[in-house]
Amino acid sequence: MNAELIAYAAFFLTMALTFAIISLGLNVQWGQTGLFNVGVAGFVAIGAYVSALLTTPDDPNRLGGLELPTVIGWLGAALAAGAVSFLTGALAIRLKADYLAIATFGVAITVQLAALNLEHVTGGPFGIGFIPRPFSGLAGNSLAFSLLNLAVVAAVVVLIYLALERLTRSPWGRVLRAIREDEAAARALGKNATRFRLQAFAIGGAIMGLAGAVQAHFIGFIAPDNYQPMLTFQVWAMLIVGGSGNNLGAILGAVLVWGIWAASAGAISALFPPDQQARAAALQIVMIGVALCAILLLRPRGVLGEERVVSRHLGQLSTAAPAAEPSPKTAEEASRAGNA
Amino acid sequence: MSPQTVMDGLIAGSMIGLGAIGVTLTYSILRFANFSQGDLVSWGAYFAFAVAGVLGSLFTGLTAPIGPFSFSWALPIAAVLAVALNGVLALVVDALLFGRLRDRRATIIIMVMASFGAALTLRSLLEFIFTSRPEYYSKALQIALPLGLGLRATPDQLLSLVVALTLVGAVHLMLTHTAIGRAMRAVAENPQLAGLAGVEVRRVIRVVWLIGAGLAAVAGITAGALIQIRPQMGFDLLLPLFAAAILGSIGSVPGAMIAGLIVGLSEAFAVEVIGAQWRGAVAFVILVLVLLLKPQGLFARPQ
Repeated sequence: MNAELIAYAAFFLTMALTFAIISLGLNVQWGQTGLFNVGVAGFVAIGAYVSALLTTPDDPNRLGGLELPTVIGWLGAALAAGAVSFLTGALAIRLKADYLAIATFGVAITVQLAALNLEHVTGGPFGIGFIPRPFSGLAGNSLAFSLLNLAVVAAVVVLIYLALERLTRSPWGRVLRAIREDEAAARALGKNATRFRLQAFAIGGAIMGLAGAVQAHFIGFIAPDNYQPMLTFQVWAMLIVGGSGNNLGAILGAVLVWGIWAASAGAISALFPPDQQARAAALQIVMIGVALCAILLLRPRGVLGEERVVSRHLGQLSTAAPAAEPSPKTAEEASRAGNA
Repeated sequence: MSPQTVMDGLIAGSMIGLGAIGVTLTYSILRFANFSQGDLVSWGAYFAFAVAGVLGSLFTGLTAPIGPFSFSWALPIAAVLAVALNGVLALVVDALLFGRLRDRRATIIIMVMASFGAALTLRSLLEFIFTSRPEYYSKALQIALPLGLGLRATPDQLLSLVVALTLVGAVHLMLTHTAIGRAMRAVAENPQLAGLAGVEVRRVIRVVWLIGAGLAAVAGITAGALIQIRPQMGFDLLLPLFAAAILGSIGSVPGAMIAGLIVGLSEAFAVEVIGAQWRGAVAFVILVLVLLLKPQGLFARPQ
């Protein structure tokens, strides 16, 4: 009984963490760079399908699979989704901000159509099964199986988190913020805004593709229906709730929103008769939609908000000349610099 | 392209054009890409469906089809009410969401994001109220009439074309020949200057929503009368709407309609050549081509 409960908790957390990876990818695009991606589901789907094609056993009914190791699948997923992000960005980033939003929306719809209709590649509406799951030899022991899977996904989250924190604090990350806050000033300093944005957009897309692959290998089965605009919407809610611009917030938001989602889905299946459940599920989306709009209106910074200062050097500067807009973080860093 | 494909494309394109006018007006005057425009199309269709249902049950005399058309007098009356109700809905959403964001000077991208949130909320509300089962205004079957040159169309289809073109003409005349139209163009050029010059910007914004939502309702009702009514119908139309608004140059009403017809014709052509399952990708291809080759659209005024 207890083991079952732990296995369920591990399953829940693993699922939430796969969303955390997507949310981290979106944070690079939106949180750090201010690029709006309405096609998150499409980039996640590209990753999931590419990894599935690379790693599944050969299927006479469709192209592949190539039966390659899972790691190759994940790398391929990140590369493919990154490449498509790069192309989408190259098309629209130089134009108005909304055009990128519209272009990514188009990518998501087209990917969805391709997944449904290219039956010889994607398996059509029935999707692809038999995607190798890590530790599938242990499937009999559900506790060990779920805990090991959780460990793998958690390790991926931690690795991406550390890498992104490093990037955020690097000169590259600071240029991104400068461009987001004041493009004219950044350009006056000789920074090519379009190129930096494009790089950030491609990196974010690659992370989303990796997330799609990790999710696909955790569940073992993918179908076009998993990648509806709803997914994009959930990930948006996760990042906004957690606090866009904050990598820890992206992870926290994913766990929180996925928790609310799973709990409300449970409540709906318990409270509504079976013939009304599809209808009640629509209310779930209404709830997330209202929550997203309410956060935009009431607490645009999310639960954690963005760290104002990410540079090690600025803390020292602010002891000499206090920043015009002091925040707790600057004060803390200032005192730390003072003590040193 | 067979003449029939042209006919189908023109009819679908006229609905896209009507919706795209709403997109192009909100984009040029309120300055953001409104992702909830598609769902205003669905809400318009369902408003008319609900009102027509009530009218039909109250006055049994209203159930007989009018002349050659498939629908009774209940539908045109319901359509007028639906246009008004859809306008009210748009004003309510603006008051609750977009207006507040404007007041605190939210960035464009926050408005886009809020409109995406509003889009999924509006659609899911429809799914909750009416379920996702398709509905019809009328179960009557219509026979397509030969129009010569191998063209055939049902009376309903011809009427929808006439209504769409009349409305575009009316909106265009309003923008070019009335005081409120001049005010709208002034706000599109420069909201601050327009405000200083005595243009009441809030009133202009209300009129933009009323026109956008009203045309969306007409597009939804014609799509509902010619095909069927589904909560998803407007969301599926969203990419064609954006493609048409950008292809026709943001801010241009005749441009949006002509581009809508181009998108509709291309879709019909693609359905004939490649197959109906790829219809949804046509708008994306057009969008990519416009953004690559002529991002300012076909009908941009010289700066």
